[in-house]
Amino acid sequence: MNPPFAVEGLNVSYAGRPALTNVTWAAAPGLTAILGPNGAGKSTLLKAALGLIPSDSGKARFFGQSLEQARSRVAYLPQRASVDWDFPASALDVVAMARLPRMRWWGSVPRAEREAARVALDSVGLVEFADRQIGRLSGGQQQRVFLARALAQGADLFLMDEPLAAVDAVTEQTILAVLHSLVEEGKTVLMVHHDLSLIAAHFDHVLILAEHVVAAGPVAESFTEASIAAAFGGLPGRA
Amino acid sequence: MIGHNTLIVLLGCAALGGASGVVGGFALLRGRALLADAIGHAALPGVVAASLIVAAFGGSARSLGPLLLGAALSGWLGLLALRALTASGRIRQDAAIGVVLSAFYALGTVGLSIAQAMPNAAQAGLSHFILGQAATLTESDAILAGALALGCIGVVAALFQPLRALCFDEAFARSQGLPVRLLDLVLLALLLAVCVAGLPAVGLLLVVALLIVPAAAARLVTQGLPALLALAGALGAAAGAAGALISTRFENIPTGAAVVLVGLVGFGAAVTWSRR
Repeated sequence: MNPPFAVEGLNVSYAGRPALTNVTWAAAPGLTAILGPNGAGKSTLLKAALGLIPSDSGKARFFGQSLEQARSRVAYLPQRASVDWDFPASALDVVAMARLPRMRWWGSVPRAEREAARVALDSVGLVEFADRQIGRLSGGQQQRVFLARALAQGADLFLMDEPLAAVDAVTEQTILAVLHSLVEEGKTVLMVHHDLSLIAAHFDHVLILAEHVVAAGPVAESFTEASIAAAFGGLPGRA
Repeated sequence: MIGHNTLIVLLGCAALGGASGVVGGFALLRGRALLADAIGHAALPGVVAASLIVAAFGGSARSLGPLLLGAALSGWLGLLALRALTASGRIRQDAAIGVVLSAFYALGTVGLSIAQAMPNAAQAGLSHFILGQAATLTESDAILAGALALGCIGVVAALFQPLRALCFDEAFARSQGLPVRLLDLVLLALLLAVCVAGLPAVGLLLVVALLIVPAAAARLVTQGLPALLALAGALGAAAGAAGALISTRFENIPTGAAVVLVGLVGFGAAVTWSRR
């Protein structure tokens, strides 16, 4: 069976400085944490695989297909700080953007798509905030809006960039519960993450990066002190 | 009473203001609004060149179509120059806009003085492109500008959903497979079209205000994007019509200045309202 996500020989650099070097990795179904110190290339891996930034070489496959072929099965959740939350939109407006590939491009969002967006908002506990301006939501609520938007895409593979960064306890619990139910439905979630304390309790697999693959595999085998030391001590000057 | 010709000019300016408000709303949210300033200034050499070419072929240098075409081509060249300057990442957008805007404007000013030294007075009226003079518009000029403006509103309406998604979250829009480059190109073309259509009435110095002021005012007092665009369009239309009316009654007041001042009254009201 084809893995839900795989990269082969991926090389990415920013202005001549390598960010990822010869990364070859295949994800297993379930919940995977992508770990590593700042600058290890965690977000870069997701962005390069999705073609959001150029790669020097290498390729990414989704369920054994190209991104173009598998696009509708892949959901991306960018970092919350990457957008302007003062944007004139309600929570429902943002979540409904996930339905754009199934919508006509003019006029308002059709009722069925609004309903799908509302269901997604409900599953992250925000349905009563559907009409609230996104700028008036807390940081944790904004993060849950992003998760709801990814859910509303109806995908089988989720690439998430730090959805648990700087969120409140309620949001953390809500997001972890949603991730577990996705995995129970047979979906695959790859999540850039930095908090090592949650790994053993919540994740199935890890990918530990430090510009290259330091360790990858089931948590019990690969999430070891040696691999963590190798990754987090491996980049001088970056604690 | 308002004469027939004046009425057409007022309607043309209203359509122009409305389109500027709507397109300006998206340009502002995409962080591209100041490009209008670069386009406006970059259009001048094209206007001058077009009038010289038309005159050389014995045509009427006052016919608006060729002048606007020249303005659009040279505005587009300005945008290409901007892109070339910022491509390496070593020159920031604001610096590049400053360079392109002044270079094209200087070139246009030199061209204008050369044209003014020509015997056949082909250049008559070209200086209106700098400050704008709606009173000099003929009925067909106003219809041309107005139709262009309404066309821009139509394009925005047809692409409303993907444009909104792009302006909010480009990375997500890309990950969904939306044609982000094409949408950005369309937005740029709309900006160019509105700027060029607005040149004869509002003038190249102040056309940027027509794109930014109504949209910025509407953003202060609205929640959702449809409301923002509707209010920006309405405010732009009101400013366009009122400004044109003022400048046809008081011929010493350039239309651009009158339009912008009316728009600023609306902006002031929005600031006051949003602080209440």
